[in-house]
Amino acid sequence: MGAEFVQLSLTPLLIGILAAIACALPGNFLILRRQALIGDAISHVVLPGIVVAFLVTGVISTWPMLFGAAGAAVVAVILIEAIRRVGRIEPGAAMGVVFTSLFAAGVLLLEQSDTSGVHLDVEHALYGNLESLIWFSAEGWGSLTDPAALADLPPELFRMAAAAVLILALTLIFWRPLKLSTFDEGFAGAVGIPTAVLSLGLVITAAVAAVAAFDAVGSIIVIAMFICPPAAARLMTNRLEVQVLWSVAFATLSAILGYVLAGYGPLWLGSDNAVSAAGMIATVSGLILALACLFAPHRARVGAPKGS
Amino acid sequence: MPSLFLDALLLQAGYNAALVALGAALLGMAAGSGGTFLFLRKRALVSDAVAHATLPGVGIAFMVMVAFGGDGRNLPGLLLGSALSASLGLLAVQWIASRTRLAEDAAIGAILSVFFGFGIVLLTIIQTMTSGYQAGLESFLLGSTAGMLFQDAVVIALGGAVAVAFVLLLRRPMTLVAFDAGFATASGIDVRRMDLAMMGLVMAVTVIGLKLVGLILIVAMLIIPPVTARLWTERTDRVLLIAGAVGGFSGYLGAALSASAPNLPTGPIIVLVSFTLFLLSLLFAPGRGVLAALIRHRRFQLRVHRRQGLLALAHGEAIFDPLTLTVLRREQLIRQDAVATEEGRALAAKTLRDEKRWALVRQIYQDEAVSGRYDGLTPIESVLTRDEIAELDRRLGPPAPVS
Repeated sequence: MGAEFVQLSLTPLLIGILAAIACALPGNFLILRRQALIGDAISHVVLPGIVVAFLVTGVISTWPMLFGAAGAAVVAVILIEAIRRVGRIEPGAAMGVVFTSLFAAGVLLLEQSDTSGVHLDVEHALYGNLESLIWFSAEGWGSLTDPAALADLPPELFRMAAAAVLILALTLIFWRPLKLSTFDEGFAGAVGIPTAVLSLGLVITAAVAAVAAFDAVGSIIVIAMFICPPAAARLMTNRLEVQVLWSVAFATLSAILGYVLAGYGPLWLGSDNAVSAAGMIATVSGLILALACLFAPHRARVGAPKGS
Repeated sequence: MPSLFLDALLLQAGYNAALVALGAALLGMAAGSGGTFLFLRKRALVSDAVAHATLPGVGIAFMVMVAFGGDGRNLPGLLLGSALSASLGLLAVQWIASRTRLAEDAAIGAILSVFFGFGIVLLTIIQTMTSGYQAGLESFLLGSTAGMLFQDAVVIALGGAVAVAFVLLLRRPMTLVAFDAGFATASGIDVRRMDLAMMGLVMAVTVIGLKLVGLILIVAMLIIPPVTARLWTERTDRVLLIAGAVGGFSGYLGAALSASAPNLPTGPIIVLVSFTLFLLSLLFAPGRGVLAALIRHRRFQLRVHRRQGLLALAHGEAIFDPLTLTVLRREQLIRQDAVATEEGRALAAKTLRDEKRWALVRQIYQDEAVSGRYDGLTPIESVLTRDEIAELDRRLGPPAPVS
C-alpha cells in the first residue's frame, strides 16, 4: 500500500467505484420500472455515436464523443418508441431491433473508416481501459496534497466524478416524483407529475451515466452495474431508500473486489499477468447477485414477509 | 466491385465464399423462423442473454482443448463449449425469473453482463497463455469469415440445414404453444418440452452463428426477421414463413455483399440488410406500416369533413373550412359558390335524418351496446334492422326537406 499503489491503482480504483455508483443509482429505478434492458441497449448504441463523432470531428476528444454517444442514445430511445407505437411491436423486440442494428452500423463505420492512427476499436469499447488510467506523477500518498501532481491526474477521473455527482444530485432532487411515478404512474400523473418527461429524463440520465462510464471502463461494466447491484439490493429490502443504499454498497464492493482480484488475484495464483478488470468487476457483481438470490431476506417472489 | 458482387451473389466467388453464403442463408432461415417462436412468446431478448452467455464456454473449451494438447482451434469443440455455457446462462435466467422476485428483464441483463464479463476475463487469461493458437478467439465477438477454414464453413452450412429441418418438423406444436399455451396443454402438447425445444433451437442458431456473425449481433438475426414479418401479416404461420424468408435473404445477400469488397464485415452487413428490410416494411407494410396509417388517417379525416359538411348544409349554415368545401365540391354536392346542388340537398337531408335517428337511439338505449357504436360516421342502417329504423322514424315524424 505504498507509492506503487497510489501511482498504479488508486485512480483506476476510484474511477471504477465512481462508474459503478453512477450506473447503479439510475439502475434502481430502471429495474423497478422493468426497463432494465434500456441500459443494455444504451451501452450498445454508444459505439455508433462515438464513431460518428470521430468521423465528424476527426479527432478523439472527450466532448464530441460524449455528445455523439448521448445523441445516439436519444436517437435509439426515440426509434424504439416509434417502432413500438407505429408497428405495434412489443417493447423488448423493438429494443432488440434498434440496438443491434445501430451497433452493426457502428461496427461497419469503424471498419470502413481509417482509425488506424487513433485508439478506437470495438474491443476498447467493450472492455474499456481501466488498467491504463494510471497517475504517472504520483510518488506516494503525499502526492494527494501536491498541486503539481494533482494536475496530472487522468482527466477521466474528473469526468467520472462530475457525472457521479450530477447523477447523485439529480436522484436527490427528483427523489419524490421519481419514487411516486415508479411505483404508481397513474397516481403520479394525477397529482401533476409529468410522468412522460420524467421517464425520458431517467433514460437520458442513464445514458449520461453510461457514456461517462463507457469512456473509462467500457460497456461491460456499464451493463453489469446498471443491473446487478440494484437487482441484488432489491432482494435485500422492501424500502426504496434502503435499496438504493444497498445498491451503492454492492456497486462499491464489486468495483473494489473486482479490481483487486483482477490485478492481484493472478499473482496469488502464481501467474504474473493481470486479467481484465472490467470483466472481473462484472463477474464479482454477478457473484454478489447470485448470493443475494440464494440468501437475501426478501428474495421470495410472492407474499409480503412477516412483520412488514 | 459490381462484378465481384454478382460473382458472390451467383456463388461464383470461390468455393469457400459460396459455402459461406449458403450457410448464412440457411442460418438466416433457421434464425428467422426460430426467433419467431421466441418473439411470439414475447421473450425476444432472452436470446440476447443466451448469445452473451456463450463467451465463457468458448474460453473454457479453448483452455480444455489446449490442456489436452490440441491447438484449441477445433470449431466443433468450441461450439460445444459455448452451447454448454449458453444453456447454463439460460437456466440461470429462468431460475432467477421464476424463483426470485426479480423480473425476467433484470435476469436477462444480469446474466448477459456477468457471463460476458467472465468471458472477457477468460479471454485475457488465454491471451497470456503460452501454448495453443489463441489468435482468432476474439472473432467470436463480431464474427469473421475472413480466413474461415473449409471445415468451419461446412459446420455452419450443415448446422443451418439441421436447424431449418428442426423448425419444419416442430413448426405446428411450437406455433400452437407460442400462440396459446393453455390450449396447447389441453391438446396434449407438453408445453415445457416445447419451450425447451424452442430454447434449444435458439441456442443452436446462436452457437452456429457465432463464427459467422459473432455473439453480439446474432441476436439481431433472431429478432429482426420475425418483427419484420409481423408487420406484414396477422397470421402465425405466415409470420413464420416470412420471417424465414427475410432471414434467409438477409443472410445470403449480406454474405454476398461482404464477400464483394474488403472491410465489409459479414455480421454487421447481414444485420444491416435485414434492418433495411425492416425499415421498408415499417414504411410500406399494409395495416401496420406508416404509409398505410397515414392513408387511413387521411381517409378518416375526409369522411369526418364530408359528414360535418353535409350536416352544415342540412342546418343551412355557411361552410368556411377549405377542406370541407373541397370534399363537397369534388363530389359535386355543392357548386363553386358553395350553394348545395340537388344531390347535395338530398344527401344532407339523409345525413340529418341519420343524425336524428342516432340521437333518438342514444336516448332510448342509453346503456346498451348499440349507443356505444355511435361515432358520428357509422350509418344507422349498419347497426339496426329495418324494422327498428321504421319504429324510430314513426317517433321522429316525417323528414323535413332541406332548403
